[in-house]
Amino acid sequence: MVKYTEKIRETAGRLLKSGDVEVFIGYRQGTVPLMNEPFQVTDAARVDELYWDSNCCLNLCNYLTKRQEKKIGIVANGCNSRNIVTHIIENQIKREQLYIVGIPCEGMIDHRAVQRKVHGKDILEYREEGDEIIVSGAGFEEKIKKADVLRTNCRICRHRNPVIYDELLGEKVEEQTDVDSYKDVRHIEEKTPEKKEAFFQQLIGDCIRCYACRNSCPLCYCPVCFVDESRPQWVGKSLDPTDTMTFHFLRAYHCAGRCTDCGACERVCPVGIPMRQFTKKLNKDVEELFGWEAGLTLESRPPLDVYRPDDYNDFIK
Amino acid sequence: MDNPYLPYPVRIERIVTETEDRNLKTFRFVFLNEGDEEKFAYTPGQFAELSVAGKGEIPIGIASSPTEKGFVSFTVNKVGVVTTHLHNMKEGDVMGIRGPLGNCYPWERMEGSNIVIIGGGFAFTTLRSSIIYMLDPENRDKFKDISVVYGARGPGLLLYRDELAAWEKRDDINMHITVDRTEDPDWKYNVGFVPAVTEQKITSAENAIAIVCGPPIMIKFTQPVLEKLGFPPENIILSLENRMKCGIGMCGRCNLGDQFVCKDGPVFTLAQLKTMPPEY
Amino acid sequence: MTDKVYSEEEWGKALEAAKEHYTKVYVPQKEGDFHLFRDLKEGAKPDFKFQNTRLSAKGLVYPQSMRMFECTMEPAAEDAYILKEADKDYGPRAVVGIRPCDAAAFPLIGRNFDNPEYRDPWWVRWYEATTFVGLGCTDPCPTCFCTSVGGSPFGEKGLDVLLHVVDGGYVARSLSDKGETFLSNVGGGREAGEDDLKAAEAVAKAAAGKVVSSIETDNLADKKELELFDAPFWEEIGFSCLNCGTCTYLCPTCWCFDIQDEVHGRAGERIRNWDSCMFPLFTLHGSGHNPRDQKWQRVRQRFMHKLKYYVDKYGAGVQCTGCGRCVRYCPVNIDIRRVAKLMNEY
Repeated sequence: MVKYTEKIRETAGRLLKSGDVEVFIGYRQGTVPLMNEPFQVTDAARVDELYWDSNCCLNLCNYLTKRQEKKIGIVANGCNSRNIVTHIIENQIKREQLYIVGIPCEGMIDHRAVQRKVHGKDILEYREEGDEIIVSGAGFEEKIKKADVLRTNCRICRHRNPVIYDELLGEKVEEQTDVDSYKDVRHIEEKTPEKKEAFFQQLIGDCIRCYACRNSCPLCYCPVCFVDESRPQWVGKSLDPTDTMTFHFLRAYHCAGRCTDCGACERVCPVGIPMRQFTKKLNKDVEELFGWEAGLTLESRPPLDVYRPDDYNDFIK
Repeated sequence: MDNPYLPYPVRIERIVTETEDRNLKTFRFVFLNEGDEEKFAYTPGQFAELSVAGKGEIPIGIASSPTEKGFVSFTVNKVGVVTTHLHNMKEGDVMGIRGPLGNCYPWERMEGSNIVIIGGGFAFTTLRSSIIYMLDPENRDKFKDISVVYGARGPGLLLYRDELAAWEKRDDINMHITVDRTEDPDWKYNVGFVPAVTEQKITSAENAIAIVCGPPIMIKFTQPVLEKLGFPPENIILSLENRMKCGIGMCGRCNLGDQFVCKDGPVFTLAQLKTMPPEY
Repeated sequence: MTDKVYSEEEWGKALEAAKEHYTKVYVPQKEGDFHLFRDLKEGAKPDFKFQNTRLSAKGLVYPQSMRMFECTMEPAAEDAYILKEADKDYGPRAVVGIRPCDAAAFPLIGRNFDNPEYRDPWWVRWYEATTFVGLGCTDPCPTCFCTSVGGSPFGEKGLDVLLHVVDGGYVARSLSDKGETFLSNVGGGREAGEDDLKAAEAVAKAAAGKVVSSIETDNLADKKELELFDAPFWEEIGFSCLNCGTCTYLCPTCWCFDIQDEVHGRAGERIRNWDSCMFPLFTLHGSGHNPRDQKWQRVRQRFMHKLKYYVDKYGAGVQCTGCGRCVRYCPVNIDIRRVAKLMNEY
């Protein structure tokens, strides 16, 4: 995936120099290994700071909300492009404001899985070669197959190619069709209510209410989040597990039918909570009940936005 | 160890609705525990945290003067969760106050000077405290001429109207009460914005210290008037507001640079403010 | 001051003995991919083979959520609505395995919570009740930069006992009265001899040389506050910031808090929670005005506070001990070392 770096730099440089875009949003290589940071360039002389590899896990669509610039360039892989579609449908940005540079994605790696593979040793250098990654540190170097440390959402991704773009930077990749998207959700669904409660208590046990998950999510753009409201105050601000559970569950419900499973929430959590366990159930329900996956087309509105006579309504007794 | 977060229990003795829109009420509190009133000894310019159990705390300037014994009073504007609840409370209800907090007006430096007080809207509370303090027979001789410019949007929105009228009649204080506009034909006082009235009525900065308290827009337009008159920035005193929680310089949120509005302020000179980041 | 040597096994016994003398004995425990401080007396399994705990030790003296006061909301009660101290346990406790960077953070925070005008009774009493048994860093992480902020992998600030990892066990050196008490409480081990002390010194010396990362702060005290405040680079630094609380909550030297009242049935309580200058609500006035309503203004506040305001206020260096957590765990990789360089060279 590093091969896209040159093309991104070239495209961004061209767009900025010609004035086709006022600002270009992409990633910059991080100051620590296995990390890339969201980065925006306005000066064509700085496009060489742009970078792309298998560590681009933050969702760039998060940085588009309510921007006023007339033309914004942005790189987008499959999931990010779907979030851009949702943003357009939800009036957070206009299509005319965007110049989308599409990137067919081969999946990002899970930095925590890589750490586990080297048994927690400090990684000082990282590079990728084809379908392998090479990490090295003091007194060790290890080659790891990318497929072994792919992010869990990338493993089951069915939309690796961008769904909306003005320019595509490479050949489209084959979409994965033979994946079981909701195996982990069924596993939880099969638990007894007591075991489910224990499972979720344990899941949020380490939560420190930093809100990194909420803030990294492009869907969470409410000017005042429900946890910050004071009149009335819906959620307490202490670490009371009931309040923490309320926050996570309610946030997941607010993302129902809109979440693209980009996994930014999981990437950013400082205590490594598998955040997608909250949203995946809702994705599964929406897909099974309404046949809907978020952000695939600009043509129709999400199912929770519209009413159709043949909507699932078995719950009405 | 003293706990600076623990409020003194008080009872609401009297509630007076000050303004015609009913958004401002003056609360008079009496301490429940003996000895607390002495511990609460304060100086005009300071504020206190009013604590409503189950709702929260609010930082409010002290409106009464330390020369008024037996109670403390605060004028509170209805803005959010705590103030709304407070406005619905009744005489006899119990709550708490913490303080006195913050620094006060620079009384020692002000002795021997002419005092110019400029207030707007409901920021007048600590200025009332200051005026009553200065007019007290024990203190009046310490200060020279006292001039007051106080304005509100309309007559019904002025605070302490009875006291304003009483001060107007005195000859040891020059009152210039004004409203932005009024349709009342019997209105006896000035009509015009506070900065304009200041320009007309305050004629000299000689040996004078100005205390300015009001909404940011009033301060913005009064400042050049005072500077034109010749007030140096060290002699223009302002009292700031910022979001507060602890009130004792620990929770970290009210800072302007390395100064806390709750502990190093809320009273600052204009000279000091010019060196601080304008985050208030 | 005492110097003792413990084998691994003897140290294990010493920890067990500590349980008799302290109401809580916090040790690092491995949980999933990282370590957290947990209480031995509640069954924690100590694991000292770690770089640093994910959350700093500040939460052991300054809990993230703490009930300050309680009261009854029962109108008929004689003491209705009158707030009273909620019960707290200030019994002696020990924190074993804390790194020097985390320990040095406590005196730094103490300047805020324990000053001539006001003392925070809870922070002060819990701090005074805690004995800190530090574990020197034999192999500092690539993101640690303690040596450029007045610390070192075997620094002694804020510690009562310092452990050096040597062949087969530890050399433990007491650094204070509390440390002496700790070592005599746990007993065991043997007096350290010349060779033991030499080995410990060698480890400490080698470790300081292994710190590869650094931060530039030498010019900050001389800079004008308003000039740094108005510098043009803040908007760019703040672009990617998510305004989450990760940096502030993981940081051992950040201390801002919020006070909230909650009511459950007829019981009222006043709670203190950690808060973050990153959150938009932090400075929101009741009128709706917010002096820091833009993301980059909040980012500027954090770095100005840590690297400039604290320096000016206390004249004791920056508000950072170089633990590197913000560098590793910031979700968007905003690097304090990069920001400090921009400020230092402005």
